Amino acid sequence: MGQGSVEDGSRPVLRTVVERERRRTGQEEAVFDVSHLEVFYGDFQALRDASFQVQARQITAFIGPSGCGKSTVLRCFNRMNDLIETARVEGEVRYHGVDLYGPDVDPVEVRRRVGMVFQKPNPFPKSIYENVAFGPRIAGFKGNMDALVEESLERAALLNEVKDILDQSAIALSGGQQQRLCIARAIATNPDVLLMDEPASALDPIATLRIEELMQELKKEYTIIIVTHNMQQAARVSDRTAFFNVDVRENGMRTGQLVEFDETGKLFTNPSEPATEGYITGRFG
Amino acid sequence: MTTRAATPTTTDLVERALRGKRIDVFGTFVSVALLLSLLVSLGILVTLLADMIAKGWSVFADRGLDFVTSPLSPDPAKAGLSQGIFGSVVLTVFVVIVAFPLGIGAAIYLEEYASDTKVTRFIVANIRNLAGVPSIVYGLLGLSIFVKLLSGVTNGRTLVSGGLTLAVLVLPIMVITASEALRAVPQALRQAAFGVGATRWEMIRHQLLPVAAPAMLTGSVLTIARAFGESAPLLLAGAILSNFFAPPAGTGLLTQITDADYTALPIVIFNWSRQPQKEFVAITAAAIVVLLVLLLTVNAATIILRDRFERK
Repeated sequence: MGQGSVEDGSRPVLRTVVERERRRTGQEEAVFDVSHLEVFYGDFQALRDASFQVQARQITAFIGPSGCGKSTVLRCFNRMNDLIETARVEGEVRYHGVDLYGPDVDPVEVRRRVGMVFQKPNPFPKSIYENVAFGPRIAGFKGNMDALVEESLERAALLNEVKDILDQSAIALSGGQQQRLCIARAIATNPDVLLMDEPASALDPIATLRIEELMQELKKEYTIIIVTHNMQQAARVSDRTAFFNVDVRENGMRTGQLVEFDETGKLFTNPSEPATEGYITGRFG
Repeated sequence: MTTRAATPTTTDLVERALRGKRIDVFGTFVSVALLLSLLVSLGILVTLLADMIAKGWSVFADRGLDFVTSPLSPDPAKAGLSQGIFGSVVLTVFVVIVAFPLGIGAAIYLEEYASDTKVTRFIVANIRNLAGVPSIVYGLLGLSIFVKLLSGVTNGRTLVSGGLTLAVLVLPIMVITASEALRAVPQALRQAAFGVGATRWEMIRHQLLPVAAPAMLTGSVLTIARAFGESAPLLLAGAILSNFFAPPAGTGLLTQITDADYTALPIVIFNWSRQPQKEFVAITAAAIVVLLVLLLTVNAATIILRDRFERK
């Protein structure tokens, strides 16, 4: 099954265009260019002044203690923070050069290109087939839906387990299968980026391993950003790692901030910040 | 064996601690008290039903279907429920057509679109208050608005006025139950739908409503039951208390609804129960049995519908 069958012709596949650009210019373009990002929930500042870039077809991991703002940053990339009424985003998140928070940007269109997998598997209470088909259908996909569903499940390494029970409820699947279904659902809309918010934290070690293997497979085509509590996981799967930490002010305000962002190997073996070293060696967090 | 008797082993100690059932006086008392409250509630209901059936049985035995198909009459031997049943059924249809979409729509707006401000909370609190307003007040509203003010549309004292009055009466209950049904749907489902690029309406239409539908139907059972049993607001909104002539044979259904006198089962029961003649006692009881049977039928239909939804 080729990538072609996913294309429906209604819009060019972004990943293909990005790949063409890369071949032409010979250099990697940043998928996300974040500068001076600050996020507030009401009066509470969740994140202070973060600037970094996310490269295409890499796995970028966000690590850090609870409350450091790593999930908050992740939710800026597909404007999921919009759903929290009190959330306010300042600074800039450029997606292939376009300001994601620009005045006429449609969050729905953003989410069709930047898919998301959540911490707890959250399949729709419908059949396995309908779970995968929902996204493409509302996006106006006119091609062969059966083929698209099958291909998405195949890429999420789930097809072999479910190909005979596509019409059965997704709720009956195991937790690990549900999470791979959620990944299949996310890639069915043919996104450019996959955001994963602690995708394996509710899974057993074997299911976790399968998800990690799957990520290695997926990064050949997709840009992946993963938030994880599990440092070993970040070290195992990611190409670059961002370490976020909680900064406690004298008045007790706890704000997340980006401490260090580097190649994963470098960050884990030779961090430049003492706080990073303290966290990865288990001295706090 | 001898040493074991002298110094108790761990097994002995544990055995002594675990064995021997104590009598839980308080626990027994609580379970008996709870059972009694259930029996009392059930007992009252069963007594009521048995009393009605006993009193009304002779009517069914003597007249059979004639009791259900005859119109009202000052003669208790001839009086029947056809006009009351017709009125009640049409009123229920009005409630379903008017109050359900409006109530569910309002609930969707409140839960999924409105931002959580003081104004929203004020509105929600007031909807809850409205659900507790005495039904006679809604009758006054129906009289002044639907019967009088909008008589051009409703033709005054017609089933249209009565139906709209009942719809307004149950609207707050519908909004509340539909809101609760929506609130019970996990947030994760909304995120999942938004996550694959659904608009708010696509999320509601394809994911939220199918999940919330069974609970909404349960709410609608309550709503229909309430509307079916109400008499006070209908008294004010134009239902005919005593006997009236049925529209001449051949009058279309639409005319009977939009331009004719009407009554409803609870009104008939209310009226008959005030009649001095002894014969009315039996037909009043029989009318109550008919009302209960109809109500049970509607509820059963709704529950079957809900189970269908749930299986999907």
